[in-house]
Parts: sequence; C-alpha cells; structure tokens
Amino acid sequence: MEQKPYGWWLPINASANNGGIDQLINLVHIFMAVLFVGWGIYLVYVLVRFRARPGHKAYAVHKHFRLPTWLEIGVAIIEVVLLVFLSSPIWFRVKKDFPPEKDSVLVRVVAEQFAWNIHYPGKDGKFGRTRPELVTGTNPIGLDRDDPDGKDDITTVNILHVPTGKPVIVYLSSKDVIHSFSLPVLRVKQDAIPGMMIPIWFEAAKTGQEFQIACAQLCGLSHYRMSGQLMIDTPEQYATWMAEQEKELAQENAGSDQTAVPADTNSPAGNTSNEGSPK
Amino acid sequence: MSSHDAHHHSGHSHHEPGFVRKYIFSTDHKMIGIQYGLTSLCFLLFGFSLVMMMRWQLAYPGQPLPFLGKLIGETAFPGGVMAPEFYNQLGAMHGTIMVFLGIVPLAVGAFGNYLLPLQIGAGDMAFPKLNMMSYWVFFVGGVTMLCSFLMPGGAAQSGWTSYPPLSDIAPTGQTVWLLAMVFLITSSLLGSVNFIVTCIQLRVKGMSFFRMPVFTWCQLVTAFLLLLAFPPLEAASVLQLMDRLAGTSFFMPTGLVISGEQAHVAGGGNPLLWQHLFWFLAHPEVYVLILPAVGIIAEVLTTNTRKPLYGYNTLVYSIIFLGFMSFVVWAHHMFMTGMGTTLSSFFQATTMIISIPSVIIVTTFLLTLWGASIRFNVPMLFATAFLPMFAIGGLTGLPLGLTASDIYLHDTYYVIGHFHYVVAPGTIFALFAGIYHWYPKLSGRQMSEFWGKVHFWGSFVCMNGIFMPMFFVGMAGVSRRLYDMSLYAHAKSVFRLNEVMSISAWSLALFQIPFILNLFISWKKGKKVSDNPWDCTTLEWATPTPPPHGNFAHPVEAHRGPYDYAGDTQEFVPQNL
Repeated sequence: MEQKPYGWWLPINASANNGGIDQLINLVHIFMAVLFVGWGIYLVYVLVRFRARPGHKAYAVHKHFRLPTWLEIGVAIIEVVLLVFLSSPIWFRVKKDFPPEKDSVLVRVVAEQFAWNIHYPGKDGKFGRTRPELVTGTNPIGLDRDDPDGKDDITTVNILHVPTGKPVIVYLSSKDVIHSFSLPVLRVKQDAIPGMMIPIWFEAAKTGQEFQIACAQLCGLSHYRMSGQLMIDTPEQYATWMAEQEKELAQENAGSDQTAVPADTNSPAGNTSNEGSPK
Repeated sequence: MSSHDAHHHSGHSHHEPGFVRKYIFSTDHKMIGIQYGLTSLCFLLFGFSLVMMMRWQLAYPGQPLPFLGKLIGETAFPGGVMAPEFYNQLGAMHGTIMVFLGIVPLAVGAFGNYLLPLQIGAGDMAFPKLNMMSYWVFFVGGVTMLCSFLMPGGAAQSGWTSYPPLSDIAPTGQTVWLLAMVFLITSSLLGSVNFIVTCIQLRVKGMSFFRMPVFTWCQLVTAFLLLLAFPPLEAASVLQLMDRLAGTSFFMPTGLVISGEQAHVAGGGNPLLWQHLFWFLAHPEVYVLILPAVGIIAEVLTTNTRKPLYGYNTLVYSIIFLGFMSFVVWAHHMFMTGMGTTLSSFFQATTMIISIPSVIIVTTFLLTLWGASIRFNVPMLFATAFLPMFAIGGLTGLPLGLTASDIYLHDTYYVIGHFHYVVAPGTIFALFAGIYHWYPKLSGRQMSEFWGKVHFWGSFVCMNGIFMPMFFVGMAGVSRRLYDMSLYAHAKSVFRLNEVMSISAWSLALFQIPFILNLFISWKKGKKVSDNPWDCTTLEWATPTPPPHGNFAHPVEAHRGPYDYAGDTQEFVPQNL
C-alpha cells in the first residue's frame, strides 16, 4: 500500500502494535463531529427562529425537555465505552504487556541537552554499567568499558536503528532535564525524566529511513532541534548495520590503549536494573 | 502624591475622599474592580504582543523581524533574527502573563470585585482594606514579573509550567518569576477569602443562596478554588527558590550531568514532585479561568433572551460539582511521565466524569435559547459565539483525556489548540461580552454598537484563523514550543498553516483597536442610557449609575429569584421588587 507519509491528518503509522491509537483518535473525532454538528444545527435554528422581532415574545413556560437528558446519558455512555473498551485496553497493552526481553531488541535511550544517546547492549544482551563521572565528549553516557558487560556495547548519537518484525524495548532516561521521546510515526511518546529509567516498547511494521525522533518537552534553547533519525530497517538491514558497528568497535578496541579505571559499584546513575519500574 | 494627604483625608470618615484615597489607594470595591480591570487589560495586550512576535518566527523562521528586531536589540535579536532563548522567554511569559496577570485578574479581580457585592445587595466587600491590599500585591507581582525581562539572561524561559530541573538551572529571570508568583498567589488568597466571606455574610435580606445570580455562584466557587488550590504552588515556588538560591535539591535527583559536567547538587530530589504541586494548582486554575466566564454568559444570555435561565438549579449544582472535580483530575497533565495503569485509570476516569457537568452547562445555555426573543446586541453576539467556541475547546479535550489517544497527541499543537479554544474565543469572548454588558453601569453610557460589531466579527474570524489550524498541525505530530518546526519531516505538510495562523494573529490585533478606542471614547462620548438599559432583573441594576460609595440609594431586599423574565403581566421583574 502506497501512502503519502505525511498529510493533514495522522501521519503514516509504521507500527505493528499501535494501530488502536489511530482507530481511537478517529472514532473520538467522529463522535466529536456528530455532537458539534448536532449542536451547531440546533444553535443556528434557534438563533433564527427565536430572534427578536415585532410581534414575537419570549415564552416563560418551563417546558421540560426530555431529549437533552437522554442526550447527556448517551454522551456519558459513549464516554464510558471509549474509556473502558478502547482507551484503557490500549494503555494497558502499551504499559503492561511487555514482550519478554529475550525475544526483543533492547536499547537504552539517554536524553541530554540536546541529543539522543542510543545504547545497545551488544552481543551479550547485557548493558554495561554507566557512571556519571565517566562522562566525556566521546563517551556521553559514561559507559564503563571495563565492565565485562560493557565491552561489546554499541553506542550511537541521534541515530536509532530498529528492525521490523521484532518488539523493541526502550529503557528511557535523561542525564539533565526532562525531555520527551516522541516517535510520531510509531505513535510512541514517553517523558525522559532524570533519576528514573522508564521502559517502553513498540514493534515496527513498515520500514523507512526518513523518520525522526522528536523531543516533545521543552528542554532548553535548542529544544527545537533536538531531533534524531529513526531508521526502521528490515531484519537483514538491521543485522548488517549491527555487524558493521561491532566491527568498528573491535577496530577501535584494538587500536586504543586500554587504561583501567577503578570500578565504583555505588554509582547511582549506572547499574540500574533492566526492569526499571515507572515509580 | 504625598501619603500625608491621604492620611489627612482618611482621618475623617464620611468625608469625600481625596484623589489618592479615591483613585489609587481606594477601599471601594468598585474602584478596585476598575483598577484590576484596566491593569489586567494592559497585561492582556502585552501578553498578546509577545505572542505576535513569536508568530513571526514561526511563520518565517530565521528571517529578521522587521523594525522590532532592531529596536529590541542584539541580545534578543542577533542580526535582527529572534534568538531561540528569547523565543522561549516569550513563550513562558506569554503563558504566565495571559493566565496570571491577564485573565484571572480580569475575570475575578475586576468582574468579581465590581459585581459580586452589587449582585448580593452588599454595600462593599467584607474586608475593604484587604481588598485594596490584594490589588496592590497583585500590582507588585505583575511589575516584578515584567521586570524579569531586564535580568541578565532574560526572563523565565522554562515554559509557564517551569518544570525543574530545567527551571532550576535557568538564568536569574526564573528567580524573579518565582518571586512574582509568590506575590500573585498571595494576592489571590487575600481576594478569595474576601469573596467567600462577603458572599456568605453580606447577602441582603431575602437573597438566599438559591436566589443568587449564576455569576455570583461562579465567583463563589472560583474563590474556593483559589483558596484551596493556589497555596500548593506558593509552597512549590518557595521550594524551587530554595533549590535555586540555597542549594537544596527538592527537585534535583542524584547523578545529573549537565552540559557534560557533573552537577554539584546534593541530589535525592524528584522532578515529578514539582509537576504534582504545579498541576494541583494549575488544573483548578483552568476552572478559575472558565467559571467566571460561564457566570458572565449566564447573565448576558438570560438578559438578551428575555426569558428565565433553563435549569437554574441544575446549572448551579453542575458548577459546584465542576469545582469539586477540578481538584482530582490534575495528573492528566502528566500521563506521559511514566505513570502506571492504576493512577492513569483513576485520572482518566475523573477526566471523563468532569466532562459531564461541562456538557450540562453547555446544554443548559443552548436550551435557554429555546422559546426566547433574542436581541443580537454586542454582548449577546460575544455570548452566542462563546457557545460553539467553548464546545470546540471542550470536545477536543476528549482525545486528550483518554490516555491512549493522549500518547500521540500529548505535548503537540493539538493541546495548544484545545486550551486556547477554551480560554481565548471561550473565556476572553465572555469577558468582552461582560465588558460591553456592564459598561453602562460603570459610566452611564453605552459603547458604540457599530464598532462593537466590527470588533466582534473581526475577532471571531481571526480567533478561528489562529486556533483551528493548530489541530491539524498537532494531528501531524508536531511538538509544542518549537522555535522552528520546519526542521521536522512530519511538519512539512502543515508548515504553511503557520502563515495563516500568524496573519490571523496580527489581524486580531488590528481588530482590537476599535475596542480600545470604543472603551475610552464612549466614557465621555457614548450614548447616554438609563440606570437599567438592558432591562435586567439582578440587583446591580437597581443602583444609581455609577453606583455611589455604599452602592444602593435605598435599602434593597431580594423578593424573588434572579431571572424573572417573560411573566404573564410584566416583561421582566427585578429581584428587589
């Protein structure tokens, strides 16, 4: 299906799991339009019919209208239906039904003024420890390469590659202020809050190399250009890209003289467990 | 003016007060109302002019702002082009000024002060000196807020919500913002206590609670919201001041790395604490903005339909229920903060519940029109337009209140469109209706109908031109508070709408010129009218015009409900007859 990615309504939906959000948005807007047009027709009608003119007098008889009561009950029922049968189930699925970690692509996203640091666990599937005191210009997340889990970790800045057909779990955190990780084409949004690591998940269905990560929460003077690239790859493309990254890392490791840094196990920002709960 | 002068005159009561006591440090609720009104109208205009500058940058990003860019200077406009920091300052100050210095003082301070004692037949507020203090504390707060532009690094720039840690590390302007907020909230507290006591204690004989006009009911409920919701933000402001000045970490967690440097803070704080305290104020605040508007609409609508309000009791109960519910919906502003399923289910449900009384209010107004004889004067035009505009604002709250659709729409332009429909063509139209409606009581003269209609139609078209496109921009997924949205692929298709919005905004400014001139010229040159030119029933129209000190020429009593129109023998019967 060829669809123009961006228009005047919802943009292309590249996700496999968030179609319900689009349905809900469309349904709610139909409901809103019906109510508004209904009210509007009534309003125009009464404004014309009951305009002041010679010979016309207002009547004070308090007619009890039954229709509005039913209308209000109807509105209440529709809202309950939207809430209980549509909105809540979607929210529960997004927030609670996490796919098992072993079947998912794991990635940490660490927001900072004004960039998205992307951190993949590498081959071993374990994230290396990160510590604030190790943060430098070339190591923006303070990854401890001496940690056995961290040796094979892949990091990028502002480029997030995800494959289609496999759930992706993002562990979201922030180094400095509150940001908001927004992927419009995947219907994903989550605030990145310093001091918290919040997991979110999604699954992409459509590939694309032109999509963007946007920051949705005012985070300072360059908030407007805190964007990153979201590359949705086929599983093969993704594997190729990952292999390239691993090769580059191996070359870097071979070339550089590894200096030992004493490990500090009491670091508060690093060492966060993977099942960070939104508490 | 010397204060000796003032003392000398105030020494003898029952004396015609001197200039200072009469016009500046007045304790007369009507003069204080006018002071509030003029000050807040100036702030509204100022807050609006800030956004007009922002709209240039949004429509023509990176192009030098003609004339003003040079005038304001190199710091804010390097090379005539707006700097992103300055854009953020304008955004934060626009929100703050419109809400705290514009609409609340106009809706509550001006309309409430002037009309509430009149409508219940009281001679003045219960605590006239407290009332004066409330105005002057507000004034100091407002001036302080404006002065923040002069600080090194400029005014507050972390949004009107001032979320830490961003606001904790912002330049000095933020400190001034917090100080100003402490003043403004103190002022609201003084005012709200006064309103509540006046409304409970000073009702004239026969004015039972269920004979009070809807406007007074709205002011009473609003006063309770101000009293109960504002102190948490005052406390939170003091905490943030401590974070900024005394090195505490109420809102700063451990392990922050800011611009590549480890932050030297004690840590252990939580940024979400601020959000809870802020929104515990700021959601009821929404109803502080809307309830007085509902009150004004009820008065203008009944007067100009020439029939009783449909479902007075239902309306009053809805208003009370709305006021109560407004305290338990605040966290729907925080759905994206990582909230779990339990909390979000609760706040989602309360948000749906609060929509029911809002629907009832709109329905009541719509039904009031049935069987009416509608006079389309200027106040009524604004009141009529309020209904569909408020409906759009309310309806678009629905997809934002449902958590699932909010995932996509949260913090996009859709939100900006939503709340502006509520407060701009919603509340501000109601305030305009109120100004045109009660102006003859203040001055004995009517504002020009012709220029009023020009003002109305121009504003109506332009308001929609500004805010309707925002829904489409939001639907495309464009984030709020972006200095330049053209950088985003998903913004490309809707980017040109910015030009429509900007031109509408500037045109809206032009259509306010007839209003401003009308407001001042009609004071001396307007058509002279009687004490009760619209044939109203409520007690404020039973006073001489303008109401003298002490308000009523003869003692009044309330003998009937507030809206006795379209009787069998008489077209209308005032409450005091």
